[in-house]
Amino acid sequence: MTAITLNVNGASHAIDVEDRTLLVHALRDTLRLTGAHIGCDTSQCGACTVHIDGRAVKSCTVLAAQAVDSEIRTIEGLAKGADLHPMQAAFREHHGLQCGFCTPGMIMMAVDIARRHPRPDDATVRAELEGNLCRCTGYHNIVKAVIAGAAAMEGLA
Amino acid sequence: MNAAPSTTAKFGQSVKRVEDSRLITGNGRYVDDLLLPGQTYAAFVRSAHAHARIASIDTSSAAQMPGVVRILTGQDLVDAGLAPLPCGWNLDSVDGTPARVAVHRALATDAVRFVGEPVALVIAETRNQARDAADAVFVNYEELPTVVDLRAAIAPDAPQLHADIPQNRAFTWGIGDAAQVDAAFARASHKVGIELRNNRLVPNAMEPRAINAEWRTFDRSMTIHLTHQNPIGMRVMFMMLLGLESENHLRVVSPDVGGGFGSKAPAYPEELAVAFAARAVGRPVKWTAERTESFLTDAHGRDHITTAELALDDQGHFLAIRVHTLANFGAYVSTSNALVVSYMYATMLTGQYNIPAAHALVEGIYTNTCPVDAYRGAGRPEAAYLIERLANLAAQEIGVDQAEIRRRNFIRTFPHQTPLVYCYDSGDYEGCLDAALRLADYAGFESRRAEARARGKLRGIGLSAYVEACGIGPSRLLASLGGAGSMWESCEIRVQPAGSVEVLTGAHNHGQGHQTVYAQLVSERFGIPMDRITVIQGDTDRIQAGTGTYGSRASVGLSAAARSCDKIISKGREIVACMLGVEPDQVDFEDGIYSSAATNQTVAFAEMAHAAHAAASFPTDRIEPGLVATTFFDPPNFTYPAGVHVCEVEIDPETGVTEVVAFNAADDFGTVANPMIVEGQVHGGVTQGIGQALWENAVYDPETAQLLTASYMDYGMPRADSLPEFGLTFWPSPTPVNPLGMKGCGEAGAIGSPPAVINAVCDALGIAHMDMPASPEKIWRICRQRSEMA
Amino acid sequence: MYELAYVRPQSLTDALAMLAQDDGAQALSGGQTLMPVLRARLAMPTRLVDLARLHELAGITPAGDGIEIGAATTHHDVSTSSAVRSVLPALAGLAGGIGDAQIRHRGTIGGSIANNDPAACYPSALLALGASITTSQRTLAAQDFFTGMFSTALEPGEIVRSIRLPACDKARYIKFRNPASRFALVGVFAARLPGGYRIAITGGGNGVFRWQEAEQHLDSGGSVSAIAEERLDIGNFTGDLHGSAEYRRHIAAVTVRQAISAIT
Repeated sequence: MTAITLNVNGASHAIDVEDRTLLVHALRDTLRLTGAHIGCDTSQCGACTVHIDGRAVKSCTVLAAQAVDSEIRTIEGLAKGADLHPMQAAFREHHGLQCGFCTPGMIMMAVDIARRHPRPDDATVRAELEGNLCRCTGYHNIVKAVIAGAAAMEGLA
Repeated sequence: MNAAPSTTAKFGQSVKRVEDSRLITGNGRYVDDLLLPGQTYAAFVRSAHAHARIASIDTSSAAQMPGVVRILTGQDLVDAGLAPLPCGWNLDSVDGTPARVAVHRALATDAVRFVGEPVALVIAETRNQARDAADAVFVNYEELPTVVDLRAAIAPDAPQLHADIPQNRAFTWGIGDAAQVDAAFARASHKVGIELRNNRLVPNAMEPRAINAEWRTFDRSMTIHLTHQNPIGMRVMFMMLLGLESENHLRVVSPDVGGGFGSKAPAYPEELAVAFAARAVGRPVKWTAERTESFLTDAHGRDHITTAELALDDQGHFLAIRVHTLANFGAYVSTSNALVVSYMYATMLTGQYNIPAAHALVEGIYTNTCPVDAYRGAGRPEAAYLIERLANLAAQEIGVDQAEIRRRNFIRTFPHQTPLVYCYDSGDYEGCLDAALRLADYAGFESRRAEARARGKLRGIGLSAYVEACGIGPSRLLASLGGAGSMWESCEIRVQPAGSVEVLTGAHNHGQGHQTVYAQLVSERFGIPMDRITVIQGDTDRIQAGTGTYGSRASVGLSAAARSCDKIISKGREIVACMLGVEPDQVDFEDGIYSSAATNQTVAFAEMAHAAHAAASFPTDRIEPGLVATTFFDPPNFTYPAGVHVCEVEIDPETGVTEVVAFNAADDFGTVANPMIVEGQVHGGVTQGIGQALWENAVYDPETAQLLTASYMDYGMPRADSLPEFGLTFWPSPTPVNPLGMKGCGEAGAIGSPPAVINAVCDALGIAHMDMPASPEKIWRICRQRSEMA
Repeated sequence: MYELAYVRPQSLTDALAMLAQDDGAQALSGGQTLMPVLRARLAMPTRLVDLARLHELAGITPAGDGIEIGAATTHHDVSTSSAVRSVLPALAGLAGGIGDAQIRHRGTIGGSIANNDPAACYPSALLALGASITTSQRTLAAQDFFTGMFSTALEPGEIVRSIRLPACDKARYIKFRNPASRFALVGVFAARLPGGYRIAITGGGNGVFRWQEAEQHLDSGGSVSAIAEERLDIGNFTGDLHGSAEYRRHIAAVTVRQAISAIT
């Protein structure tokens, strides 16, 4: 076991992990932040998406140790208390989720899309969601939610 | 916690979902999120061979590895008396002999019969330690010949999977009147025939299967957290299989469940083995499938080879249909598959059409592949695909438009007794067709086709008029057809003294939005705000009884809820009558207020609830205190949702790539509880159907029986950029078979869409048929052949 | 993943020493290919030496009339770099289409070319453009660097430091995606350099290669429409369940014609 410190959602956590521990396992099992989910083992479903230094990444494809000295943000760190992040609110408003399993990864990816494309169109959102699988929604309402959420984030900025 | 709005909702409104607040903030609670004191982890040793005798298993070095708590083999389980997995449906062959059901054990003992079959189970202190030790278990296999292909499996010289099941045939089951069909074919003016495959699919719920089982030695009881569609059913099943003393010794909890689509309805060997292991080691044991394990072992869907013929008169009226299907069962019979390939499939083969005569034979066949079971639609997509492909061939044969051939054959009066057991409840098939054609601008298609041709693209349009069967019941009918489980649903409504309400349902939500829709119903009926209502499900310690969620069964559970609401309101009327000194029939109830014209007084629902608990304003010898109502609703018939899907594709003849450029649908789901949620169900179902038609395909190597599509690298999942926006409309004919008029909507999208897509592809290419998935290379070869001929 | 040690060197010298002292050591850059391989227990390195933060491997700088890209530069940074977009826009386009957005945020150019996956995008650009690759020991031409499927001229312990590419505004990368994995079923990088046309094809299955016959055809004034797939050696292609060798070859020729049309 190796002692490492992870900065997650603005707080510093000293934890002991095996070097082979993936970031997603450190978040889920050690820090008990279970919002990031594991839906595949080939880095394709995107359910584990979190932000490292402001960029969306798949936390199943990063060792916890690789994320030392970075700022990690998870779905749990998105809302400010009871106030939902505009992207979270947009997913609810537009019925962008059904079973909810892919949702934390979708929302973290959507926030990243909005950061890079402040007013994304339908085609941009669909292309940018290439790395996130959903089996319930057919993506129809997710696309609408991302567009609306991005617009709402613009409004706040 | 209740994040519902503080306003009253109406049934039928697009109310935003109550469950979303926790799911969008990372506060969902799925089985893998749970860690228990003393937690251990399980990893399976799985067969790399598709067919082999297990000569020996050496666990000695694995047992010495760090953190290993216990290693169990199939023999250990047999020695401890663990029962094999049950088959949930009894069928007889046409010759009267019962189906041959192979013994299916939680861990293989004598032989393995498909790649990924579990052979041993390692319990360790950490996930990594369990996996490390599983890698160190040495199994000595003697390889046996394999068979994947359905026809090869029933050939005389085929490798036999099970010693007591000759030619790998579980049954040859039939339905309908063969003599009538023969007579109709003899006088037919036209016949069209087809041979097609319904491709094997992997369900791919995004949350992999997971279980966390905990044994308490002091009271010999077990708690299982299980990602499942039917926790109450699993309690009975696991109680019996594990030999527990009673239902009271087992609690099953299915918390947030990340999608099911049928694949979380069976009883699986891995879960049974883990539950057994938890008792064996006396500590909580958790197992969460890795995606590769899901591909290898989650019950697959579909996988038929069918030959069929349709007889027509000279006007294109359908006279008779004759069907012969080989259904791949995989290596064992999964819980419900015998039902799926018989009464959920063959009964629906006449579709929306008035076909006087029909006959179908279905052979259930074992192969060295993963077991097959219900996957979204479960039998009905296979039936709709067949009849809707035949309908288009009939249109070609007669020389009429694909809409016209359907119009000529639609059933127009209801109830309608089909020649295949079922009696359709209600519908307006032609109205629905017209609605879909308007939405899709069917009339304007030829100009779009011409415009595409100018760009070098082949544009095609495909129709599909599907009908399916939902809300399965009544229980007595199902039992007479071979069912081993009941088909009612229950709902208990408890009103608390301050007027808040608990709704307990035996149905299970895994994405369908039950928490919202049940609350909508109760909010409207009682006239109370949504945030006063809590919907409770998925925990056998809290729910009295139920049968879970599959087969688009929301109508059954919600009907139970509606009846319980009626009982509460009725009891309230008696209480208010006492309070106001009038007769119950002088008390009205509307928008949450009891009133009596006789006294000009009103009593709010919450005041009535308080009075019911205070028990001071009515005689308790005549009216019991408290306010609880329970209903068990057993539907008197199935419901028959129907609709018309219209797909438009554009094909690039140079690459063979198909793009779905438009997809429109008009659906009859009867009463729609929440249009936003119902549309979402259709979006998802249609996407799975487009996936089946264009990309998804579970492929086993014909020689080795290795699964070649065992990850998202090789299994073509629909993604956001491969789909169009969908256009939907509803064309409801409420059903008379339940008090709400609901028919169900969960599977329709996956049933109607595959034939619409393939009909469009065939229309674009001007061909009679192409098997799914319509892959770019297959299409390119057709286009190339044509350009060479030109 | 099997048990292993993770180390993060502070300098290139440290990194090379760590790689040299342990036969089982494996260089780790973005890890977007390596991590799934390790999760599937298909490789068993004893330690991972993390190169991602080494300043010696960072940065995109002008070099002559072209650019030099540090090995640890992510696909995202290449795709959004104003320097790359101005002198070699096709490379920015290529980088912006690798994997998905999350993978582009971590995956690096050095990691990609050192792995030389037969379906990777970057090797086609380097081969077509005649890039040079500077390693910890030497500088190699792209044609000498890529030696076959999953194989390069890198010696044990040798790592990629930077990639130098010429400016070229007449270049295009087009990827025909595998519908499942979204990797290149076929990818074509076509460029018009001062010395003539260059065409490199990836995704065929046996590793990246140049289609010199088509280059010569174009250099001698041949038309785009006359680029015939029959002249593309089918031995460069293998088949699988997503497409036969014949289909891949056809798609390669179609894609070459599209790419050449886009730059002429």
